[in-house]
Amino acid sequence: MTPDTTAAARIDVVNLTAFYHGQPAVADVDLVIEPRQVTALIGPSGSGKSTLLRCMNGLHLTVPDASLTGQVLLDDADIYAKGSNPVEIRQRVGMVFQRATPFPTMSVRDNVLAGLHLGRRLGRGPHDDVAEQALTKAGLWQEVKDRLKAPAASLSGGQQQRMCIARALAVEPEVLLMDEPCAHLDPISTLTIEDLIREIKETYTVVIVTHNMQQAARVADTTAFLTMSAVGEPGRLVEVGPTERIFSSPRRQTTEDYISGKIG
Amino acid sequence: MAAPASTSASAARRGLPRRLSVNTAMTVVLCLVTAGVVALLLWILGYVAGQGLKYLGPMFLTHTPPGDPSQAGGGFANGIVGSLVIVGIATGLSVPVGIAAAVHMVEYRGRLARACGFLTDVLIGLPSIVTGAFVYALWVAHFGFSGLAGAVALGLIMLPLVIRATAEVLRLVPVELREASLALGVSRARTVMSIVLPTARSGIVTGVMLAVARAMGETAPLLLTALGNDLFLETNPTRRMSTLSLQIFSNAITGFATAQARAWAGTLTLVVIVLVLSVGARLISRRGIVRSAR
Amino acid sequence: MTPLPGSPTPRRRVRGRWHGTDTVFQYAVRAAAALVIVVLVATAVFLVQQAWPALRQYGILSYLLSDRWAPSEATATGRHPNPYGIAQFAYGTAVTSLIAMVLAVPVAVAVSLYLTEIAPRWLRRWLSGLVDLLAAIPSVVYGFWGIFALIPAVRPAGVWVSRTLGTAPVIGPLFAGPFFGVSYLVAGLVLAIMILPIITAICREVFATVPTEDKESALALGATRWEMVRMAVLPRSRSGIAGAAVLGLGRAVGETIAVTMVIGNNALSITTSLLGPGATMASVIANEFTESTEPFHLQSLMVVGAWLLVIALAVNTVGKLIVRRTREDIA
Repeated sequence: MTPDTTAAARIDVVNLTAFYHGQPAVADVDLVIEPRQVTALIGPSGSGKSTLLRCMNGLHLTVPDASLTGQVLLDDADIYAKGSNPVEIRQRVGMVFQRATPFPTMSVRDNVLAGLHLGRRLGRGPHDDVAEQALTKAGLWQEVKDRLKAPAASLSGGQQQRMCIARALAVEPEVLLMDEPCAHLDPISTLTIEDLIREIKETYTVVIVTHNMQQAARVADTTAFLTMSAVGEPGRLVEVGPTERIFSSPRRQTTEDYISGKIG
Repeated sequence: MAAPASTSASAARRGLPRRLSVNTAMTVVLCLVTAGVVALLLWILGYVAGQGLKYLGPMFLTHTPPGDPSQAGGGFANGIVGSLVIVGIATGLSVPVGIAAAVHMVEYRGRLARACGFLTDVLIGLPSIVTGAFVYALWVAHFGFSGLAGAVALGLIMLPLVIRATAEVLRLVPVELREASLALGVSRARTVMSIVLPTARSGIVTGVMLAVARAMGETAPLLLTALGNDLFLETNPTRRMSTLSLQIFSNAITGFATAQARAWAGTLTLVVIVLVLSVGARLISRRGIVRSAR
Repeated sequence: MTPLPGSPTPRRRVRGRWHGTDTVFQYAVRAAAALVIVVLVATAVFLVQQAWPALRQYGILSYLLSDRWAPSEATATGRHPNPYGIAQFAYGTAVTSLIAMVLAVPVAVAVSLYLTEIAPRWLRRWLSGLVDLLAAIPSVVYGFWGIFALIPAVRPAGVWVSRTLGTAPVIGPLFAGPFFGVSYLVAGLVLAIMILPIITAICREVFATVPTEDKESALALGATRWEMVRMAVLPRSRSGIAGAAVLGLGRAVGETIAVTMVIGNNALSITTSLLGPGATMASVIANEFTESTEPFHLQSLMVVGAWLLVIALAVNTVGKLIVRRTREDIA
């Protein structure tokens, strides 16, 4: 593979607190996301993993009555600084959701290219290469190359999710955020996507939220554990470190309790 | 291999200023269109208020129009009373029947209920003048024009509105509530009467108020049924009667400035009644939602 | 099914156990529901029954084939030609409703998009309340306001259109002649305002059913808010918008008193110019009903009413089915 022209970016989360309706959902987070690595965010439901993830591309602020304090630095530039452009940030930081979200009225090809044409009409030509490349990276090309014009909904669940990854990659982001991408998939599709994650980290920075600790252990280089002191309290970052260390010798008792299945 | 990809992706990024200005432009357009619609509403209400206030007063509310429409003075007392009588009877006819039909639709299901649901929607789309012609054929052709015929026509117009509004709130009443009551050995009828309907009360009241507001403003079907009576105050619904809407219509199209002045005052009166009913209905339904959320 | 041994009434299916009051109650509410069907059927039956003498006199087809409405030429015995042609009313209904739809649908879509996707949350409730108020204003008020406020306001535009487009090729006849004020165009304009809140309400509902996931994945790809609307909201809502437009059309077709006041009531024949007076099926009934003294005059108005019933039911049923199917698709 030729080296990509875009460089994987590094993210620094600095003293971040995110609110819904004025209530903090996750508080006082300081976290460094290294480039070309997979960072996993783990923790019980309600610990603010997804909210933290959604702060990394500004999607959090598209929710009504949501707000945040603190900073998220994308290659040292605060994405929430005045003058920074949310649209540009979302192009640089791609995202894959829990449920595959194919645009139901578009074909497979148009779905993959959706981030490039963004609602405008797109002619034929060089774009087909982009689609092929993105689908190849997502490990889906062989399976769909003959059905590019088929409606996206005709793909299986696992294929749809990989198509959504291809769609995110086609925009050439520097970071890829994944919000429990395998939550609704069968074990085989899950393994396929985990392989894919290990492959794309060569070129991208990957952050993955997961409920599944085995999954974190399998794919992540770094693991961050979040939890809240009680239901309704904001989530906080408890511990972060190399995945192996977190799982073998956690420094905090709560981390150990969670990993050994005592909580969550 | 990566070259074409990076060109299109960075092309999308280079086009960013243009895309952002398209976004801003469309946002402004949508905002302006909405502002335009609101301005239109304010224009209509402002114009009605401006024209209506010129003549609206105690005299207008308590007197009947002069025998000669070209003369100044007088008012729509007979129309106001007629509207209250006719819409009152129409409400008395349509509300019990409408609630009962909605109860059947939601509580008993079945083929008749499904048919009733679809036909209610169809009835809502029935032009009111057609309903007027129906009541003419059913009633007026045999017994002559009367306030009662007008009330039947308005009742038929209100009926599907009441059914739909009631059915919508009945569906929101939790099944658990019904089952809890039935499990206590309470009969189905009692469950509906003393548990389901009271729970849905504020929603039903909202629906009825909106239907009353609609009936208050109806004119066309009344031309074919109540006919109107500009001469004197009539309180007997078996004779032809005037309503506020009929008097607005007949005075508006006379061509006499004096009659039009009365019609504007009548229009303002009607609009105030209808807006109070509509806004009141909204407030009640909002309060109802808050209460059930607690 | 084989009856259980010892079962007293083996073949009776048990549907439910009703106590005395329950049976009465159940029949009462069932009767109320049945009344809805009775009303609809009776409406059709009674209208046709009233129209029957005229239909027998002139035949069904002669009504639709003529555009000349001249009650004074009717006689008690004459059968041909039918003095009650109604093609011009069908034309008037079609033209005014189409003008209304063409004007109202884009505005309604724009307003609904603004209200569901763009307006700040605290503003949404107020703005939707205000737009809904447009639906509360009675028809007769729109008509009166149309005569005295709208017509003077659009007169300069009407005159300008008649001067510039009136002589244009192809579309010229549509805008030929002087601008009368009362006209198809103004009737269409008033109808557009009246159906706007209905279409807006349905569009808002349709847009609100687009899943948040779809919108967020468009945003996550770097779409601007408008691009998100084009990618995720509009494609999913196409048939819902179509259904809303058809339901708006159904309302416009049957709207009576406002149209009667601003269309000019020219029942004589089809006039092509949109700037001149005309009549619709609903307006001719309202306008002539109480003064129908000629032979078969009232019965012929009932013929118009029966056709109006058929058209309105057809349009509304189509609209309902489209909207209903859209909802099921999403669910």
